[in-house]
Order: sequence, then C-alpha cells, then structure tokens
Amino acid sequence: MAASDTPIPSPDWPLAIYQALKAASVRQLCYVPDAGHSRLIRLAHDDPAIATTVLTTEEEGVALSAGAWLGGQRAVLLMQSSGVGNCVNMLSLLQSCRFPFLTFVTMRGEWAEFNPWQVPMGKATQAAFEIMGVTVFRLERPEDAGEMAAAAARLAYDSDQPIAVLISQRMIGAKKWTEGK
Amino acid sequence: MRAALERRAAVKALLQDRRDLLVVCGLGSSSYDVFAAGDHAANFYLWGAMGGAAMIGLGLALAQPSRPVAVITGDGEQLMGLGSLATSAAKQPRNLSIVVLDNAHFGETGMQMSHSGLGARLELIATGAGFPSVSTIEDSAALDAFRPKLHDLSGPHFARVAISTDHVHRALPARDGVFLKNRFRDHLGFPIS
Repeated sequence: MAASDTPIPSPDWPLAIYQALKAASVRQLCYVPDAGHSRLIRLAHDDPAIATTVLTTEEEGVALSAGAWLGGQRAVLLMQSSGVGNCVNMLSLLQSCRFPFLTFVTMRGEWAEFNPWQVPMGKATQAAFEIMGVTVFRLERPEDAGEMAAAAARLAYDSDQPIAVLISQRMIGAKKWTEGK
Repeated sequence: MRAALERRAAVKALLQDRRDLLVVCGLGSSSYDVFAAGDHAANFYLWGAMGGAAMIGLGLALAQPSRPVAVITGDGEQLMGLGSLATSAAKQPRNLSIVVLDNAHFGETGMQMSHSGLGARLELIATGAGFPSVSTIEDSAALDAFRPKLHDLSGPHFARVAISTDHVHRALPARDGVFLKNRFRDHLGFPIS
C-alpha cells in the first residue's frame, strides 16, 4: 500500500476545543445537546473540575454564563444553530453589562442538509449573532479547532467580548438519515 | 380572596440581617423592592433579560458554592423562564433559593392578569421541576419561618410569596449594567479587568 493510500486520521477537534477550554480555566459548561457536540459534552462530564448544566432552552445558557462570571468563573455554552434565534433578547444582557461570553455552535442547514426545517435558522445564524453584537468565528477545518478555541476564549474572557464559534456542518459531517444498520 | 403581603415589607423582612447573601433580582418591581430594602454591592439588579434571573442565580450559585444566593423575582419574570426551574433543580445547588413575589399580575405593563392569576400554581410547578424544598408564604409568620432557609445551604429552595397589587412608590436602582457587574465582582474580591 502506498503511503498516499494511508487514511489520514481526522484531528480530534472536540478534544482540541476541550483542551483549549481547560487551558483558559473554563469551569462551567452548559448545553442544549447536539450530536456534533456529544464528544465535547462527554469530556466535560468526565472532568470533575467542570460543572456541566443541561439546559431546557439555549437562552438559559446566556444568563447562566453571566451568572458564572459574576461569581468569578468562566462558562461556555454549547448549542446547535437552531437554538441561536432563541438567544436573541437574552444577548442584550451581555451588551448591557459587557459580560464575556463564549459559545460553540454546531451548524445545521448549511451543507448537505436533509431536513428543510433546519435551513432557515441555519442561514440566519451568523446574522442573528451579529445583530446583537456577537463576534462570529467560523471553524471550517478540524486542525484549526484548538487555536481558534484558544483565541476565542482569550478574546471573550480577557477582552470582555461575546464570541460565537460556528462549527461548519461540512466539518462535522451532515447527519445521515438514509443509512443505518 | 388570596392572602397577600405588602411587597416592600415582605422583601425587607426577607433581607433583614442578610449577612453574606448574594442577591439577583428580576427586572421591574422585584428590583425596586430589593433596592428599597437597602442598596448593597451584593445585589445584581436586572433591568432586562426577562426570564433569565433564575439562571443568572444558578451560574452564580455554582461559581460560589459557599455563599448563599437568592433570586428574588416576580411571577411574570419566572413564568417567562419556567424551564429554568427544571434546569436549576437538576443541579440541586444547595446554596440557591428562588423567591417569586407573586401578585398574579404583570405589574409593570398595566396590571394585566398573569398565568398565576389565571390558575397556574408556581409552587406546584417548582415541585414538579424537582425542587426538594417548596414554600408558600402568605403571611409574615411564614415569611419569618422561611428566612433562615435563605442562609442554610440546604436548598435548593423555592418560595412563592403572595403579595398584594397595592401601589408602591418607585425606588430605582442604578441602571448601568457594567457598574453593577463590576461592583458585584469587586464585592467578591475579583479584580476589575
């Protein structure tokens, strides 16, 4: 077998994000679950130094992150693009008080999407953040995950900025509906 | 006829001898009540973020497990974030109390009747969400009996305080969120960035 035929293992991007969050001393992680975030959620649950909180809706995580900061801790919110619209009014809290905020958003509705109901919010995700003053990073390549997460964390917690990292659907892999065992 | 307490007196009684209590208050009258009871660096007044008070309290309670945290909010504010009762109860933070001042109306917006006036029972919702300690407070004796729970670190506690719709004078705390945030963090000993 030629060297070029050897499959190149995809970088473990959830681990890279987790390590960047650990390096940034993140102590709380809240989430509305998404399949794309499942490994990162597991890593956080397995870490006794991180308090994990499952949310009923995404805007709870905006408020929880603000409360964590008031209490001296750094929090991060994980969600899917479909939940970003739920957060819009609560994002006012960040602007009004200049709270740091960091969220990682797995994208739906933008690449090889099967479910048309995911498309409208997927198309509006970046704009929904930007109208509320949130700075958006786009993570397209798994090998960039660690560096981007570290830069986003620095910008959020050291410069008191609201930052969203959108993780592209192409990178995560579109949800498979027609294959199965 | 519902039994009901006067809101300013009720909140003042709750915050009497507050010691190391950290307070997050929901927008509108709840914030005015907490301010009227005595301004304090450990008060975080909300002027927006409706539905978010309990979650700010939860994030704070998780970050400061040795300090008692009280969320003092209104029925309308809590109704907008009912899911946050489930989220809070799921974490079982022993240092968190959620106190809902329930006048069964949206007091800031023209006194429309709220869901709690139309039959919703917030104390049953809190029980169903998983709060192990739920109190209904309709007189000052019950208020006095509840007050130590704010400090006992044996929560999470939920209390519904039945208050009257009687008019009270405006008492307006500072509205600058950055000031309120920095004052609160400074109180806890965190540097201003």
